[in-house]
Amino acid sequence: MAEPLATNASDPLDTLLSKARTLADGETVRDGIVSDIYRTTRDICAESVHYEDKKKLQSTYRLDKIVTSPIWGFPIMLAILGAVFWITIAGANVPSQMIFRFFAIVEGYITAGFQALHAPDWLHGVLVLGFFRGTSWVVSVMLPPMAIFFPVFALLENFGYLPRVAFNMDRLFKKSGGHGKQALTMSMGFGCNAAAILSTRIIESPRERMLAILTNNFVPCNGRWPTLILLSSLFMAAGVASGLQTLATASVVMGMVMIGIVVTLTVSWVLSKTALRGVPTHYTLELPPYRRPQIWKTILLSSKEKSLNVLMRAIIVAAPAGVITWILGNVFVGGDSILNHMAAFFDPFAHAIGLDGFIIMAFILGLPANEVVLPILLMGYMSSGAMVDADGLDNIKEIFLQHGWTWLTALNMMLFSLLHYPCGTTLYNIYKETKSTKWTILSAVIPLGIAIAVTFVTAQLVRAFGWV
Amino acid sequence: MSRYTVALAGNPNTGKSTLFNTLTGLRQHTGNWAGKTVMMAEGEFSYDKTTFRMIDLPGTYSLYSNSTDEEVARDYIIFEKPDVTIVVLDATSLERNLNLALQVLEMTNRAVVCINLIDEAKRLGVRIDLQKIEQRLGVPTVAISARNRIGIDKLLKQVKLVASGQINPHPIHIQYSDEIERKLAELEPSIRENLGSQYPTRWIALRLLDGDESLLSSLKKRMNEVTPDSVREVASYGRTACH
Repeated sequence: MAEPLATNASDPLDTLLSKARTLADGETVRDGIVSDIYRTTRDICAESVHYEDKKKLQSTYRLDKIVTSPIWGFPIMLAILGAVFWITIAGANVPSQMIFRFFAIVEGYITAGFQALHAPDWLHGVLVLGFFRGTSWVVSVMLPPMAIFFPVFALLENFGYLPRVAFNMDRLFKKSGGHGKQALTMSMGFGCNAAAILSTRIIESPRERMLAILTNNFVPCNGRWPTLILLSSLFMAAGVASGLQTLATASVVMGMVMIGIVVTLTVSWVLSKTALRGVPTHYTLELPPYRRPQIWKTILLSSKEKSLNVLMRAIIVAAPAGVITWILGNVFVGGDSILNHMAAFFDPFAHAIGLDGFIIMAFILGLPANEVVLPILLMGYMSSGAMVDADGLDNIKEIFLQHGWTWLTALNMMLFSLLHYPCGTTLYNIYKETKSTKWTILSAVIPLGIAIAVTFVTAQLVRAFGWV
Repeated sequence: MSRYTVALAGNPNTGKSTLFNTLTGLRQHTGNWAGKTVMMAEGEFSYDKTTFRMIDLPGTYSLYSNSTDEEVARDYIIFEKPDVTIVVLDATSLERNLNLALQVLEMTNRAVVCINLIDEAKRLGVRIDLQKIEQRLGVPTVAISARNRIGIDKLLKQVKLVASGQINPHPIHIQYSDEIERKLAELEPSIRENLGSQYPTRWIALRLLDGDESLLSSLKKRMNEVTPDSVREVASYGRTACH
């Protein structure tokens, strides 16, 4: 612990520094210090480390010649990303259906129990149709893709691929005026934007760090992957031959990631030409050796830490939200439910950007965590008394369709989810890291403006061409 | 039962978090890339009837306060004065990693050098003369493999010896150029006069010569407030940031 000295102790410190300055005599002492340290380590290593075969040591990097090559780097990156999405989407479908059916059977028994006890209809509505159904749908929709995606992504991370992504992206970030390490903090954003904001600490220059903070939101995080994956598998592959549907879905999700990266680079470029002007600084990026991941440990850890965590957050909010939205949807004022009144308020604006009032409400209520946007939306729709007969995942699509969804609605919801403001935790971290209200507000307003502009243009274009 | 604080320092991606998990049984998320741990994580473990509180510092290439994470690591070692600082090195790239070890050894003598990934190095044909390194560095040096739990016991034994004061290491004294040494000699007495001996004088002199403003502001802050604010930086068990 620091022992506080006399309170005016800071003055002697200044004297010390000025004395040191005079001694240093304007020269850079750093180079001298560093080269002496390096000489010492070289010395130590020369007499205590022996390499049997230098080539063997280099062999771990042989793979890098290919995965970071100017020609193959990007195609390989896209292929790996695509494969991860493909595995997720292809693998999630069947377990989703199974969990869904399981919960439907349970719901049947519970309903029978309520009837046997002659429970009032409203109680059955709140507890079964609101609480139970809402929660069980969230579990069956979100758990399987997360249980596949997160471990696969974590394996890739532990293998050492992320720095290679950063290496490939480095040139692009330099061109857009940012720091090469922004590629790393962006990669971290794929997991969690809030954590990625903290990781921008590795960027030395405050200007470049701010760029990394302001643009981090444009890559989808844990909370948004389920939305993107679900919506694209429900709506985006409809016209494609059934054998290729998974591939088409994966391509759409990948397309979203690409859009996010393009927006990241564009916004960085615009900001570094305007509000955050400056020249990118140099740095060295370390490419760690590839390491065989501890497969089972990684899978278990990421399932426990990420999949369960995200799911718990979704359920904790979804359960009460299910009850509240059911009540709002079943209490009538002036001939219409409160929920519909609220949605109607947002409808004109929402329509202009290709969404509807319920979606806007879900995004507003979803500010604390992106995980809950989809659950809130589903519950909003269900509470308005839509009868659903279809089985399994088709149920969900059926609900969306009954509320006038087209592929444009799905596309714009995905775009909006990708681009809109960061979640509450992330905003809080941005404030903590920048200590600036102005930049915190900007970090929400810039993405929101872009999200509205992009969805507006998309909606108007698609309608003008008569595609929906 | 005595209780000691242990800090983990080292270059990024040398396996600090893996060692942290191995020792504490906690599940810090690990990943093969530089800059994964930006916040300090904290955990506890017992060895030989002694409790150790362990802090996983952010991995850095230097402690020259180029960026926030380097400042965080540096401030912890200097101001919180952990009973032992374990410097984790990657056996497959010792030469680069040793630079940070030397910087730590300038800041504290209560250190144990821990050469991780020793099995990986063996596989790649790197032979390391542990005794010679230990002799040169002047602090206990242990070779381990954190993920395969090799050498952990030896490491803990040395950590306890240093923590309890049974070993009082005399780390290597880096000889700088005559000019720098002359300036250091001139500066050191006035530092001792102003700051006493609570901080490593030679190291402070080096930092001041280098014009390290951020260290100075940290020093000032320490002297004016009683609660060190780095304590607030420590993330709770196992969670790095949000999920």
